[in-house]
Amino acid sequence: MKPQDTSISADTIEAAIPFWRDAGKRAIGVQIIALFLVSGVSYYLFSNTQANLARQSIATGFGFLGKEASFEIGESLIRYSAADSYARALWVGVLNTLQVAFIGIILTTILGSFIGIARLSSNWLLSKVAAGFIEVMQNIPILLQLFFWYAIFYESFPAPRQALNPIEGVFFCNRGFIFAIPEAHSAHTAMGWMFLAVLVGGWFLNRWGYQRQELTGKAFPAARITIAAALFLPILIWALYGAPTAMNMPELRGFNFQGGLTFSPEFSALLLGLVLYTSAFVAEIVRAGIQSISQGQIEAAKAIALRPGQVLHLVIFPQALRVIIPPLTSQMLNLTKNSSLAVAIGYADFVAVANTTINQTGQAIEGVAMIMVVYLFFSLSTSIFMNWYNKHMALVER
Amino acid sequence: MTEATTAKRAQLQPPSSNVGVVGWLKTNLFSTWYNSLLTFILLGMLALTLPPVFQWAFIDSLWNSSAEACRNIEGACWSVVPHNFRFIILGFFPEGQEWRPILAMVLLLGLVIYSKERSRWKKSLAWLWLINLIVMGTLMSGGVLGMPVVETSQWSGLPLTLILSFFGMVVAYPMGIFLALGRRSKMPAIKTLCVVYIEMIRGVPLISLLFMSSIMFPLFLPEGVTIDKVLRALVAIILFTAAYIAEVVRGGLQAMPRGQYEAADSLGLNYYQTMRLIILPQALKIVIPPSVGILLSVFKDTSLVVIIALFDVLKTTMVTLSNPDWAGYSKEAYIFLALLYFVFCYAMSSYSRRLEKELHTGH
Repeated sequence: MKPQDTSISADTIEAAIPFWRDAGKRAIGVQIIALFLVSGVSYYLFSNTQANLARQSIATGFGFLGKEASFEIGESLIRYSAADSYARALWVGVLNTLQVAFIGIILTTILGSFIGIARLSSNWLLSKVAAGFIEVMQNIPILLQLFFWYAIFYESFPAPRQALNPIEGVFFCNRGFIFAIPEAHSAHTAMGWMFLAVLVGGWFLNRWGYQRQELTGKAFPAARITIAAALFLPILIWALYGAPTAMNMPELRGFNFQGGLTFSPEFSALLLGLVLYTSAFVAEIVRAGIQSISQGQIEAAKAIALRPGQVLHLVIFPQALRVIIPPLTSQMLNLTKNSSLAVAIGYADFVAVANTTINQTGQAIEGVAMIMVVYLFFSLSTSIFMNWYNKHMALVER
Repeated sequence: MTEATTAKRAQLQPPSSNVGVVGWLKTNLFSTWYNSLLTFILLGMLALTLPPVFQWAFIDSLWNSSAEACRNIEGACWSVVPHNFRFIILGFFPEGQEWRPILAMVLLLGLVIYSKERSRWKKSLAWLWLINLIVMGTLMSGGVLGMPVVETSQWSGLPLTLILSFFGMVVAYPMGIFLALGRRSKMPAIKTLCVVYIEMIRGVPLISLLFMSSIMFPLFLPEGVTIDKVLRALVAIILFTAAYIAEVVRGGLQAMPRGQYEAADSLGLNYYQTMRLIILPQALKIVIPPSVGILLSVFKDTSLVVIIALFDVLKTTMVTLSNPDWAGYSKEAYIFLALLYFVFCYAMSSYSRRLEKELHTGH
């Protein structure tokens, strides 16, 4: 036997393996079959849909968006009437969704953080009250909670004439929650701009202070200066404009209130339900985040003579936030998605308007597709932010 | 010797302010000045809110009276619940056949309680679950053993809620496992399909899928074929839940150390054997507690079928409240329902927490 007879070239090995035993070729086969199945099923559904639509003579496409909506919307951030187009009605819906989500997210974050910290309090009573709140809110479906709050508004609150008036300028009645707001004045716009300017300036000041500390070791109280400026400079502007104190007070005229700011019962019930429900989950996230910091970290910080405020600011927060922010963002997204339950209590959010549109025009596919696209847009922008944040905050290890 | 010397020393008691009730109060409620302040503020708030609520719920209330008697009282009219109990719980299920949904619920709850013990988690338990679900379905729909057929449109109340959540969970679980495996696959086409599916479903609210099921599914089917409303909602819940289960299972798969895969490879196991014998048994064990969490949220989410007009336990309550006799007692009825949901959900969540503690065998 000659040596070259025993050695087999790579080509012959390849040829010797049947294709169903070759992992690479098999993978290609499996993928082709999977794609074929998925596209086959999609084509089947698509052709059925086409046939059904043709039979029911429903025109497809988004042409209906330009037609007159001819339905009223209870509350709207922009000018809207029944004579406007469907596109504008849907835009009103998007803005209403964003409004409730935006206010809800701010309130939820504040309330949830407080309850989460209260849950960890050494005060037994406070900790138990917080724990009770969390358990009750987490274990009752959000839809039931919304119905409950809505029932409180329209069943238990009196008519506008007998409205509850706990403090001057604040009314609760079955038309909603009405309160006084400051009369529009050019000072308010200026105060807003001032506040924004302080925030931007504070950011640069903080960066400069940090760089100086890196170079020289001298700390600079940028945060305190910013907070003080944010509090006092707008008040200074307000005083410079002559300290306008006129309030736009709600007044009972006929059967309803005029003036002030009104939160409708639908909006109030939705906001209340969403905030209470979500803040229970946020509280658990905050608690877990704070507990994730080992005692040794705090002891080490104290050992290098950091003040309690510095321990919180330099040691606990940066580490806890890394644990808290990702699940917190997904809770915020949940709040936005749950706001679609508005349709059940009659707040005109995007899903409610889209639902009315579907019922009026029969454009079911386009309507459901629009709902999905709008919410997917919210989710995708959130996850883009999350990826950026995770990359930015990822623990840099050795 | 040493014993004698220690015995001679007088045992110093801790100061009386540090033990007993006083000590407990001192450490837990009045440890610092701001804790004391907090305690007093909280006690004040509780004293302001609890007595009126107590008065409304227990003292001025009626528990089992006619609707007319409720008109004249200040407090809660709990009578709305006992008077409509049958309808709230069983809905439109035909008269005289009540034993069927009740037996189905008892079987389900019995099996749930039986499955709590980890020593009973065997292959036979899975078969028991399958048989139980089939028996439940048969009891509800009838048509055999002399039980008259009950259309799914008459399935309502608590049995519908339980069927939607448990059938949804059981069917969605295998689907979720396949999706999770697909997402971890090295084949780009399979991976892309799974990622797109999971992210798309997780990005939209359940209600949009329910709308899809109620308005679009009929369009998808060829002419003449219809599937009933309950099944359509169930399909939507399954599609939705599977995506969430996939993410939970993926977490378990990612927690498996690479050594497990390599050991399986070195034994010459193929992909199917590796997954079935090595990876999934371990990965699924890790994800049991979050899976109970998903069952909990599915159970809560089934209440959304109200919006597409299925008569689950929330909808039957609302129907009761639309009766002019009982209109106006929403608070009482909703509190009862909240209590019902709370009992189920609290049991599940505390069980999930207990399991997590038990299964956490690491350091």
